This record gives sequence, structure tokens and C-alpha cells, in this order.
Amino acid sequence: MAGFLLRRLASLAFVLLAMTVLVFGIVHLLPGSVAHMILGEYATNEAIATLEAKLGLNDPLYVQYWRWLSGLLHGDFGQSLTMERPAGPVILEALARSATLAGVSIVLVAIIGVSLGIHSAVHKGSASDRALTLAQYFFIAVPEFFWCILVILFFAVWLGWLPATGYTPISDGGVLGWAKHLVLPVSTLVLGLIAHVSRLTRSSMLEAIDSRYVLAARAKGLPERIVLRRHALPNALLPTITVLAVDIGILIGGIVVVESVFAYPGLGRMLVYAIDNQDLPLMMGGMIVITAVYALANLVADILYAVLNPRIRVGGTAA
Amino acid sequence: MSASLAAPGLRLPRTLLVGLVIVGVIGVLAVLGPWIAPYDPQDFSMRMRLKPPSAAHWFGTDEFGRDVLSRVLSGAHYSLAMGFGATAISLAIGVPLGLLAAFHRGWVEEVIMRGVDLLISLPPVLLGLLILAVTEPGLFKTILAVGLVYVPIMTRLARAVALELLAEDFVEAARARGEGAWHILVREILPNAWPPLIVETALRVTFAILLGSALSFLGLGPQPPASEWGLMIAESRPFIAEAPWIGLAPGLCLCLLLIAVNVVGEGLRDLLDPRLRGRGHG
Repeated sequence: MAGFLLRRLASLAFVLLAMTVLVFGIVHLLPGSVAHMILGEYATNEAIATLEAKLGLNDPLYVQYWRWLSGLLHGDFGQSLTMERPAGPVILEALARSATLAGVSIVLVAIIGVSLGIHSAVHKGSASDRALTLAQYFFIAVPEFFWCILVILFFAVWLGWLPATGYTPISDGGVLGWAKHLVLPVSTLVLGLIAHVSRLTRSSMLEAIDSRYVLAARAKGLPERIVLRRHALPNALLPTITVLAVDIGILIGGIVVVESVFAYPGLGRMLVYAIDNQDLPLMMGGMIVITAVYALANLVADILYAVLNPRIRVGGTAA
Repeated sequence: MSASLAAPGLRLPRTLLVGLVIVGVIGVLAVLGPWIAPYDPQDFSMRMRLKPPSAAHWFGTDEFGRDVLSRVLSGAHYSLAMGFGATAISLAIGVPLGLLAAFHRGWVEEVIMRGVDLLISLPPVLLGLLILAVTEPGLFKTILAVGLVYVPIMTRLARAVALELLAEDFVEAARARGEGAWHILVREILPNAWPPLIVETALRVTFAILLGSALSFLGLGPQPPASEWGLMIAESRPFIAEAPWIGLAPGLCLCLLLIAVNVVGEGLRDLLDPRLRGRGHG
């Protein structure tokens, strides 16, 4: 287990380091001068030269990379080009708000998705199972940005129950005002993922129910509830953990879209803002932070999987 | 492809057929769009702003008085181009890399597969954003970005399939005949690797359309006045209360296309992947 942890931590560090090279390389090696991009097409040559000197853009690339990397390691993300503030605190505030959105969503996805999947598997072929299977088809295929439009149209415009966009901190609007702004973004984020998780839980649960150990448990005369809960469920949930980790990647993609539509001031909206305004320190920092979060989430999922799966826990290799 | 699909005794399931027909119809409409559109999709008419659907304008008009039906028709080719173009790019780069990694065990494989591990550990949208962030957006850049995002998945699959095939007797026989690496990869491995690759490709098209239209929605795809469906939905947002049809029309078309492509992908998987075919009855 210790060796497994060490290996995973080493690969986490490798991914993050490689990501810094990738982000830095793509931003700096692509054709076009960075200063030119920041100042726009009508910039004078002097203005470009001044900015290049100010940003240290005339130094060799490896010097610039090292300056940026060592800054990152000290928690310094550089100065935002458009906000007159250091990029670090901007990124952290946005991260906290996105984490709320993502945290609430992933918990809902896990609870609702797994319950629906188990229900479908246990009542396989019933009317509710068939209805759920059909609904899953539909929910997986509808793009998040179109869900946003539909829920805004329905709940904000026609019914007028909830605010369409924006964000209120708890300090301003109280818990209710804060929660009201979360309902539509969260429901948009979870719809597709619930369909995904419930579908996979259903198939792994069906596989478990068909297995020999469940047959053996039934043959012992155990009540069906115990057979399902103690014997089938723990095995069926192992693949679900991996699926949830994959879904965090999809969730991050969804957050970029959903935050933009709902004007929710999180990391995704910040990233799109930074790209639109060519705020490079903010953009590069945001990408590194998102990669780090995603990699950490995957690490947690791997550890959880190893802890719950005896075949790995006892000392096999994690593929 | 046609050889395995036309094999005797192999009937196309009904859902797969329905999916194929819908994708085919959308494809035909995308090609015929310029000729059958009732109006010029870029024709401004301030007198006709934000008109609801009517006999003259089936899907209504947008904020510039443009006919939404004509715009939806002229925009269909973007989604198809992004879905199939990006998937073709990921195949064209990923499959050779995967075959190479399977055949040249050692440092070639090590370099390719570590790169794949790295790129797979990034969320797809982030990778797409990174590629598009610092360049001028446009249709071909979006296709390229989406294609590159899915290269690692294709590489990993192609390598796994090739490794399995390399252990087969017919490859052993080719080696014993003294055939070269090129002959073995192209004449022995590739023809037998198609079924799983086709399945993955068909499923990948759905994700490519989704990712491409999401990037366009964020403003990183074709630029206005293009009638790409994701972009049309993004542009409809300020008018959602007074003229919801501007966004609903392209959105529903996009959903129909995605569901149809997904049905085709899953149908092909059930048809071509014998391991999963048996499990359907379990």
C-alpha cells in the first residue's frame, strides 16, 4: 500500500510538472508576440517594446519558465494583466466558489445516480427501469449549455421561481439567497452525470447479481435484502468509484460552460474571461490549478478504490 | 467496413437503422442547405426582428430579422464537420502512434505511452481551451483542437488492440515467412484491428460534436455571423424571454443529431463487439 501511494504521488508530481511545461510552451511558442496580443493590433512598436521589457519577455524562454515555475511553487501566480491585482487571490476565490458548485454536484450525483442504478438493476425489466433507461439516453446526449437555456427558460423566465444568473455571498443574501443562485447551475451540472452514473451502476449491479457469490449467498438461504446489501452492492460499487472520478473531469468541463451561462464567478468563468481578455498569468494559473484539482480527485478515487478492493489492498499492482 | 456489415445472416438492429436514417437525413439537409433554405441565412431585416414562428418563418426570426430555419439549415454542416472531422484527425494521428507503440516495445513505446498518460490526465475541455486560448478562433482550429483532445484515447486503444493481435498465430506465421514490420502492421494487424476501432470512432463522434459545440458556445469556434448551432444558442441568450425560439431551434436540432449519432455508435458496438454482444441478454 505504501509503495502504491508513493507511485501515485510521483505520477501526480510528474503530471503537474509536465502540465506547467505544456501550458507555458503553448502560450509562448505559438506564433505571435505575447505583448502584441495583450496590446491589440493597433499597438505602437515602442509600447510593445516597453511591455516586453516590463514583463521580462526578452529573457530566454527557460529563464522565463523558471521564473514562472518558482513563483508557482511559492504560491505566486504573477500579476493579473487586466485586474490590477495579483492573480493568486483571484484564482483562489474563484476556486472556492467553484468547489462549492462541484462539491454539491458530485455528492448529489453519487447519491441519486447510485440509488437510481440500484433500483433499475433490482427491478430489471419493470416499467420504471425501462423509463429510466430511456431517460438516460436522452439526458446523456443533451449538451450542458442547452440544459442551461432550458432550465433558465422554464424556471426563471416562465415560472419565475429562481434567479436566472448571478451569485450572492452568504454575507449579503443569507443562506437562502446564496442557495437560490446555486439551484439552477447545480441541477444543470448533475442531470447528465446522474444519467451516466446510474447507467453504469445498473450494469455493474446486474453483473454482481448474476455472479456465483450471490448465487451462493442465496443458496445459504439469506434473505434477499441481505444478499443485495452485503454481497452484491459492495462489489457493484467498485466500478462506480472509477466512474465518479471520470465524471469529475466531465464536471470540470461542465463548470466552465455552466458558470459562463449563469454568470457564476468561479474558476471556469474566470478562465473564459482570462482567455477572452488575453490575461495570460490568470489563464495559466487557472489551468494549473484546475489540473491539480483534477489530478488530486483522481488520486483520491484511486486510493479509495485500493482501500475497498481486497485484490489491490493485499498487494497486487494497480494498473 | 462494408464487408463485415454485409456479412450474411447479420441483420441491422432497428434502433441502429433509425439512428443511421436520422444522421443521414441531417447530412443530406446539411449538403442541400443552401438550395432548400427559404431565405438567405445572413439577410438582415429590421422590420422582421424577433418574429415568432409562422407559416412564412417556421422557426421564427432572430434579433436581426434573419430566418432561423435558414440559419439552422446552413449551420448543420458545422456540427457534422466537427464531429466527423475531429474524430478523423484523432484516428489519423492516434492509430499510427498506437501501432508504433505496440510494435516497438522499449523506449519508443515508453515515450508515446507516457505522453498519452499525461494528456489523458487532463480534463478534455481544458485541453481544448488550452489549444484554442492563444490563437484566433475558427472552424478548422476547433476541429483540430477537438481532434487532438481525443488522440490519446485512440492511441491507447490502437495499442491495446495491436498487442492482442501480435500474439495471434497469423502474425507468428507472417514473421516466420520473414515479412517486415511494415507488412505485418499494415497487412496483418490493421485489417483485423478495425472492428474495435470503428466502435470507438462511432462513439467518439458524439463526444466530438458535444465538445466542439460547447467550445463554439464559449466563443472559441466559428465566429459570427456563422450559424454554428452552439454559437446560435450563445447569441440567443439576451433574447431568451422575448424570443426563446432563436435558441430552442438549433438546440433541439443539436440534441436530435447527438441522440442519433449516439444510437448509431451504441448500435455498432452491440453489432461488432462480440464480448459486449453476449452480455446484452444477461
